[in-house]
Amino acid sequence: MKIRLLSHPLIGLMFLLLVSCNSEKKKSTETESDIKVQETSASASAKTDESQQEVPAFMEAGKTVYTQNCLVCHQSTGSGVPGLNPPLKDTKYVLGEKNQLISIVLNGSNKGLVVKGSTFANAMPPFASLSNEDIANVTSYIRNSFGNKAEPITPEEVETVRAGTK
Amino acid sequence: MTKYLFSTKNFIYITCLSLVTLTACKNDASDKTENSEAESNLAISSNNADLTVPEGFGVIKVADSLGAARHIAVTKDGGIYVKLNQLKDGKGIVYLQDTDGDGVADSTSTFADYGGTGIYLTNDNLYASSDQEIFRYKLDSDQKVTNPDSPDTIVTGLINRRQHASKSITLDGAGNIYVNIGAYSNACQVESRTPGSPGMQPCTILDSAGGIWKFNADRLKQTYGDGTRYATGLRNVVGLDWNTQNDKLFVMQHGRDQLHTLFPDLYDEKTSAVLPAETMYMLNEGDDAGWPYIYYDQQKEEKIVAPEYGGDGVKTGGENANDPVAAFPGHMAPNALLFYTGDMFPERYKNGAFIAFHGSWNRAPEPQEGYMVAFVPFENGKPSGEYEIFANGFAGMETVESPGDAAHRPTGLAQGPDGSLYVSDDAGGTIYRIVYNKK
Repeated sequence: MKIRLLSHPLIGLMFLLLVSCNSEKKKSTETESDIKVQETSASASAKTDESQQEVPAFMEAGKTVYTQNCLVCHQSTGSGVPGLNPPLKDTKYVLGEKNQLISIVLNGSNKGLVVKGSTFANAMPPFASLSNEDIANVTSYIRNSFGNKAEPITPEEVETVRAGTK
Repeated sequence: MTKYLFSTKNFIYITCLSLVTLTACKNDASDKTENSEAESNLAISSNNADLTVPEGFGVIKVADSLGAARHIAVTKDGGIYVKLNQLKDGKGIVYLQDTDGDGVADSTSTFADYGGTGIYLTNDNLYASSDQEIFRYKLDSDQKVTNPDSPDTIVTGLINRRQHASKSITLDGAGNIYVNIGAYSNACQVESRTPGSPGMQPCTILDSAGGIWKFNADRLKQTYGDGTRYATGLRNVVGLDWNTQNDKLFVMQHGRDQLHTLFPDLYDEKTSAVLPAETMYMLNEGDDAGWPYIYYDQQKEEKIVAPEYGGDGVKTGGENANDPVAAFPGHMAPNALLFYTGDMFPERYKNGAFIAFHGSWNRAPEPQEGYMVAFVPFENGKPSGEYEIFANGFAGMETVESPGDAAHRPTGLAQGPDGSLYVSDDAGGTIYRIVYNKK
């Protein structure tokens, strides 16, 4: 009975009706739905990549550092907290210029960084006490999680920024 | 395949399903249906605007998509002033009116060129705050603003360092205005939110923030030197109200964050998700609620020395600090407090406290909690029972993993002239009106 019902063309039509009904009910702004589309396509492509090649080591190691040091404020979804802590997903300061991101992790940030047109109230503390390897792993992890896709960061690149800010 | 398509059983099944589908659609589309029980023609939502409220209560969705709607005030004619945290189309206050009496706003005007949280209405004046100033507008006999572009500046130069910047306000009916100046800090550590960093000794933030300041409600251009620090040791207050029964100021404090991430050896993740309490204080002039030196543990019912000041999670302290009059689980962010003095709700609600909780973020990785409006019954100006959840379902989902996912977050409360309770939401920009309509 189940198989028959699911393969039924009218049933399919009714699912469509239900889905369209639901999407009308959900109130999402244009930006939100844009992000969602990007997320889906990004995570879809990430999945294909992953099935073809092994998950890089920084993903697991970086996740451990993230869970201990970053997750409470930036959240497990990388979406941050509206008005308080900035998101990490789909943002220029995470996905763009590597040195800026490394510098924020090393030195913290309390200047009211503008992310996607919003400022955020909380100060980010410096994480200079983490090793170059931990910082490389965690920055690479956030650049390749939550739908993000960007080149990983190496411990050498962290050391260069660390030496420059001494 | 063909044989299934035309089988009678299948046909009936499909017809039923179609009807169900269509009905579901219809309900969604016509959110407002008239409630035959109500005397008025209030457009009470058939599904209470997706909220859960006690039996006999109904919900009207007054407006939505207003922007970051913070505190609200309702006039004697039912007009609603809404303070926006960020400007929308260049304006920071929205005035809503319902001209046809169905409860749904059908007329909107906007003014003010600053964002902020606080708004308070008297017979003759509307007070509103930015994150560093308090302004006053004059009202006509209908409580409509007469000088939208040229308000008086009552207080200026209040500290705003982004963190805990909102300046909530209330008046005492004796010509004084009270404003929260939140501490620009989590726990007054030397290095903000840094594991191992000790607390400042003494915490100098308390000189200009971390308390409630009192000013004259009618004098122009006052600043710190013109006011008094009414109460100190309050990390951040967003919800506050004057209790007219015992003539006292009551405030809701947002307790500190991050016990686990800052002190993993003393607090595990689960403990840190519920501690410390969000606290309600009754304040007299000169009171000290103890931040940052202590926090309140609602499970032990004790004031505990903060780990930044030598605490170990057990050691008690703050002998001279106020005890809270009510305590709630941690991190739920109480953003509005209202003592209900209306006649519409059943007798047990009279003079009790409604509290709008914004919902947590600092419980992560535990699921988030507290996207709701709570009620605490009061007798003679004191809580007479445990808190209960009055209105829930704002987030629009069973489990909230992250606050950005929540559809609505309660932020402001106001009482209407008929005793309706209004709730604002700064995520979806919705204004709800909760009425009691049981005979």
